[in-house]
This record gives sequence, C-alpha cells and structure tokens, in this order.
Amino acid sequence: MSEARAEIMARLRAALRDVPPDETIEDVPVARDYHRDGTGAGPAQLRDLLAERVADYRATVHRCAADDLAGTVGTILAEHRTSTLLVPHDLPEDWHAGYPGTIYRDSANFPYPLATLDATDTVLTGCAVAIAATGTLVLDAGMAQGRRAISLVPDHHVCVVGADQVVGTVPEALARLDPVRPLTFVAGPSATSDIEFDRVEGVHGPRHLDVVLLS
Amino acid sequence: MSVAPQGRRLLPVLPHGSGHLAPPQPFPQRARAAVADPQLRANIRRATRTIRDKRAAAVSEVDDWEQLREAGRTIKRRVARHLPELLERFERAATAAGATVHWARDAAEANRIVTDLVRATGSDEVVKVKSMVTQEIELNDALARAGITASETDLAELIVQLDDGEQSHILVPAIHYNRAEIREIFRREMADAPADLTDDPAVLAEAARRHLRRKFLSTRVAISGANFAVADTGSLVVLESEGNGRMCLTLPETLISVVGIEKLVPSFADLEVFLQLLPRSSTAERMNPYTSVWTGSVPGDGPSDVHIVLLDNGRSATLADTVGRQALACIRCSACLNVCPVYERTGGIAYGSVYPGPIGAIISPQLTGIAANKSLPYASSLCGACYEVCPVKIDIPEVLVHLRQSGVDGARDRPSAERTAMRTLSWVMSDQRRYENALRAARISTGPVAALTGRGRRRRPGGPAGSLAHLPWPLSAWTTSRDAPLPARQSFRDWWRARDDRPGRSAAPDPGTPAGPPDPGTPAGPPDPGTPAGPPDPGTPAGPPDPGTPAGPAALGSSAGPAGSGSGRPAPSEEHADE
Ligand code: SF4
Repeated sequence: MSEARAEIMARLRAALRDVPPDETIEDVPVARDYHRDGTGAGPAQLRDLLAERVADYRATVHRCAADDLAGTVGTILAEHRTSTLLVPHDLPEDWHAGYPGTIYRDSANFPYPLATLDATDTVLTGCAVAIAATGTLVLDAGMAQGRRAISLVPDHHVCVVGADQVVGTVPEALARLDPVRPLTFVAGPSATSDIEFDRVEGVHGPRHLDVVLLS
Repeated sequence: MSVAPQGRRLLPVLPHGSGHLAPPQPFPQRARAAVADPQLRANIRRATRTIRDKRAAAVSEVDDWEQLREAGRTIKRRVARHLPELLERFERAATAAGATVHWARDAAEANRIVTDLVRATGSDEVVKVKSMVTQEIELNDALARAGITASETDLAELIVQLDDGEQSHILVPAIHYNRAEIREIFRREMADAPADLTDDPAVLAEAARRHLRRKFLSTRVAISGANFAVADTGSLVVLESEGNGRMCLTLPETLISVVGIEKLVPSFADLEVFLQLLPRSSTAERMNPYTSVWTGSVPGDGPSDVHIVLLDNGRSATLADTVGRQALACIRCSACLNVCPVYERTGGIAYGSVYPGPIGAIISPQLTGIAANKSLPYASSLCGACYEVCPVKIDIPEVLVHLRQSGVDGARDRPSAERTAMRTLSWVMSDQRRYENALRAARISTGPVAALTGRGRRRRPGGPAGSLAHLPWPLSAWTTSRDAPLPARQSFRDWWRARDDRPGRSAAPDPGTPAGPPDPGTPAGPPDPGTPAGPPDPGTPAGPPDPGTPAGPAALGSSAGPAGSGSGRPAPSEEHADE
C-alpha cells in the first residue's frame, strides 16, 4: 500500500508544479467575513428561534422550566404510550421521575444488544449544544447522551436542551465541540425526499422527535 | 483562458481514472433516448423545479450567503494547492485515532482493498451508505464478483438497485421515477413488501424501513463514502436525511470508508462553512436531518475496526490542469443539476457517468482524460446558471470552454466530435425546424425594433442590455417572464457557413454588442441560448449550435469570464430559481 501512497504523493507534487515551493497553507487567503459570532440575540431570543426552527422540521417542541422537566417528560411519554424507556447510564434520574414504566439504563460496560434497543419505545437524552439558526441539536456522546446507537434505533427520541446550551450559529456550535468525539447533528426526525421530492418523515432513524427546551 | 493550451504542453502526464465515468456511447446518442421518454422528462422536470424553488428560498434566508460561498471557494483552493501536506496530516491524525488508512491509485486498486477487507471479516454481506465515489469505482460489481452482496440503504439507491436501473441524479438518484413506478418496483422486487402497498410516499418509505431494518441490525460490515475529511483531526463527515447513514456508520463492527482525496478540508472549524453551504444548496434545508462526524474508532461506541481508503482515480491528473482543477472543489450538492436546462431535458442517465449534469460535464472528462470522454464538455449550453448556484463558485462554464479547447489540442478530430455533439444537442433541446422557424420569426419581427432602439435598450429593470421584452410566439413563452436578448441578424448557421471566407476570423467580435452586424460569435443569438427553466420548448438552449461554443474566440476568449460578460448571458442567478 505504501507504494500506492508514494505514487499518489508524487503525482500530486507533479500536478502542483505551479504552486511555489515556499507557499504555505496560510498563504492562500480565506476570507472569513461571514457571520461567525451569531446575531447578537439574547438567550431568550435564541431559544425562541430554536423552538421555531425545530418545529419547522416537524419535530415537537416543549418548553418548560428546569423544575418542571420530570412532569413534561412524563406527559410526553404518556402521550406517546411509552412502555419501555431507554436512557444513557449517566442521565439524571430526576429527568424521568414522572415516568412510571420500565427503564433500560444503557452503559458502556453493560450495553444492551441491538434487539433490545429496537424493542424499546422511546429514548431520552440530553445534548451537547443546540444551534438556533438551523434548528439543530448536536450530540457528542458526552454527559446524558450515551453511545450513538441508543439515540438512533428506538423510534421515538426525546431530547432535552439546557438553557445555556443554545447558540446562535453553526460556527459558534463548532467552536464549542470537541472534534474527535463522535458527533451527531440532528435536525428534525428522520426524513426522506426521495419520492418525487415530497418530504416524508421517518425512514430509518427515529420517526418522532420531541425537544424539551428548558428556560 | 486562451493561453491555456500553451500551459498544457508543460503539464506532466498523469494517469487518468476509470470506472463509471464515461458513457459507452456519446452523450448525444444517449440523450436522444432520454428525450424520447415523456414520462421521464416530466418526472425530472417536476422534481428539479420543486427543488429549485426551495433552494432559492433557503438561500435567500441567509444574508451572508455570498461571503460563505467565497469562503467555501477559497478553503477548497487552499486544499487543492496543498493537498499532499493535508493528506499526510489527515493520515497521521486518523491513524492516531485508531483508523487504518489505505491508498488507492485507481478504481481497481480501491475495489481490491475493500474486497480484501470485507473478506477478512468473514462476512459476505455489506450495507452501504449512499456514496458517489463507490459508484464511481463500481464497487458493488467488484464485490459481487467476489461473492459479496452489497445492499444500498438510501431509499433512492434502494429503488434503483431493486430495479437494476441507473442513477440519474447526485442527490436523488431515483429522481426519474414517479411514485407509481416505485410502487411497482417494490411489489415486483421486494419480497417482504406488504400486499396492500399504495403509492403514498409515506407508505413506500415505511415498506423500505421494514425491508432494511433487519439488515441494519444484523450486518457486520458497512461501507460509506464521506462528504468531508478533516486534515487536522482525521475526522470523516457524512450528511444524510434518513438515518440509514447513521445505522451503517454506528451499528456494524467494521466500517470501510472510501474517500476521494479532494474531500479534505484543513480544519474542523472549516466545516462551519460547508455545513451551512451544503444543506441549503442540496436539499434546500437549513440543515439536513442527520450529520455524523467520527474520528477513528471509539471504544464502546460504534465500529471497532475502522478503515479509510483514500482514492486518486484521476484526481491528481485533474489537479494538474490549473483551470480545470477547480472542479475538485465540488461538494456534490447537485444544485447545478437542478438549474441546468440540458439536464432537465435529458436526465442524468444520458451522461453515462455517476456525475451527471454540469459538474459531470467537467469532472468526468477530467477524471477519465478528455480523449475517453469527448462529448460531455458539449453537453451544456454555457448559460451560466450552474455557476450562479454553485455554493463553492466553481466556474463550470469556464471549465467547459477550456475543456472544449483542450479537446481541440489533444484530439485532432474536433470538428466531427463537435459537430456531432452540437447537432444532436440542438435536436435534444428542441425540434430543429421549429426552432429555426421561431428564430426567423423573431429575427424578422425584431429587425425594425432593433433599428429603432439602436439595439441597446434595457427593457426591464435589471434586464440585459440589447434585450427585448417581447418575442413573437412561440418564443413569447420565454419573454413573458423576462427579457430576451435581440436575436442575431444572421443566424449562427449562416455565419458558420461563411466564416471560412472571413479574413482574420480569430479576431474576437466584441462580445459586448449582442447581435451587432454580422456578428456571429456573440452569445446573443437566439433568445438566450441557455437559460434554465425556459419554457418547455421554444426558448430552449443550444438551439442552433450554441453560439458560445465553436466560435471560440468570441465568447470564450473574453477575459471577462463566463459570468462576467453580461451581454450574451443574462445574469441567471436567483431569477431562475425563483420562477
Ligand atoms: S459543481 Fe457546485 S453546484 Fe454542482 S454539485 Fe458541485 S458544488 Fe454543487
């Protein structure tokens, strides 16, 4: 394989003979005059925008105070008729205190088999950051999020967004993230536009997404 | 541009790529079949118009769009000029994160690497995330020859695979099927399709979900491409909508990603530009439903055996061409397909390459070498709409013209290749006689107007100079929504016949005077030869051999560049997308 590598490198160097040998990457200018620092909107406005944009993807948005989280989650799960709930190992227990059914707590040491994930009704997680302008939630497998499979296989995902987790723009979100963690950006439920460019919610990922936005 | 041929002689000869990149028959021949299928044309027209409108809306919401485009273009320029260093950086970071990096000079080598990796797992089944590059190298065929079944999991790709058909669009490969046809394919080919399957897209999507679910949960090997590869961190990025990507990227034990070497971006922060440009340009959304970023392997989360195959397959040869290399900046959003009047009529299959439409017309011949792919640079009307929508500002018309000129140098048979392409293209675009009659009518009826107006009056705010607000039927369909440039007094055909008698014909007629006196080469000719989304027939592009083309010097030599020369080509931009 290293023969292929050496040859490709030689080809590329030959192809780039017009590039002066002392030119560095930084010598090629990149204009960064697009908005990097958000919109100047305050936290409350950002949450409003996030709620509006998430709802645009036909996800359901719930807003509540941190104190009411258990009640709100309980109501969502009751409405969804959830009888088995999957949560990551480090999800605070008071998040689902309002839910009376069966709970599977997934962890790296005792990961549930895929068949179990497939058989659960709902998964409840937090997120790492949420982007107001694009209505996007980002999961990074950190606190209260668990491994990637748990937010993917169940058909219903309830995601809790903390008040201080909302940023305005994509650049602000990336600045907060650690690139080498596994990252999943979620904008609405699974969707397809492959048939006559008609948007249909739900193919392989969770078909229902509830976002709980804390104030 | 006109100096390019000299530059070319100095270029090193680098090996070109192979795979599904060149049509077995010339484009015109294939296009003929596509154009003869009214259902196909209707399906494509409906889909491209829908997405065009949505894209315009999604883009207009962003007030720094032009700045983002410029940043996208310049980041990719950075990558192109420093690819060896960035690849080394990527390899180092990915390896440190636990991935194994492989290098493939061409399609055959990449297929061999992937096949060996799958064999080593002991599995004879793989699930695949939609990826252009694995189609480029025809990986599924190679796997099948090795006794390995590859299941496409993107809904559109599944449809095409079940039908044993061909892809026709970068983003929506099944764009040429309508819902009734998809229902029939499912009923015919999907053993577990429900008996009461209707053609409701939601019902069809549900059938696909059930069909693939077991595969996702049980298959141990997955194959993907990547939208981006981050040099600093060794991360790969996949954007998708359905969740099939996430399934493949996280559930199996082994993940093999085939990545074109041009997919690099220098740093993680550079993704902030592309994660904004790509979704709005491709699916016309603020953000696609799912984007996955992963770096090597993570214990307890996702595949434990992670491989990355870095593929050349003609990319280094493409890079060697200082004009053509910009095509490597393409992020495969497919916006240029959706605005292209030629694509709208022929669909993607006519291009005979996994990369159809305007980008296909420039990237495919560069990957294969122009000699192996002569007709594609002519599969365009040079209208410039593709450049206007391109999120990384690839000047597709400039590269098309450049490739046509290169073809001249490289292959002495230009006249015949060109003539064939042009003749058929015009046939494709509309009925030749109808078109010429229409033009004649336009020429006659606008003659007096032109004399009175001095041929330069701007009739509609923002309309091109030298344009008319109304043309006679059937070209009127065109002018109901916009101005048309005045038709040339002399038809291109007449000029072409007479041109050899003209002394010093290489002196470029002033491109700034559309339809001036015997002024052949000017792009003004017929009602804008190439504006997308024209009325179905009349105002169509390419009519008489696209004036921008053969005359070379006139349209092409102008240093103003394709989009810059405002005369011949009414600035397309949002105007089209908006209609
Ligand atoms: S050339 Fe530009 S518009 Fe066309 S697919 Fe590539 S990035 Fe998109």
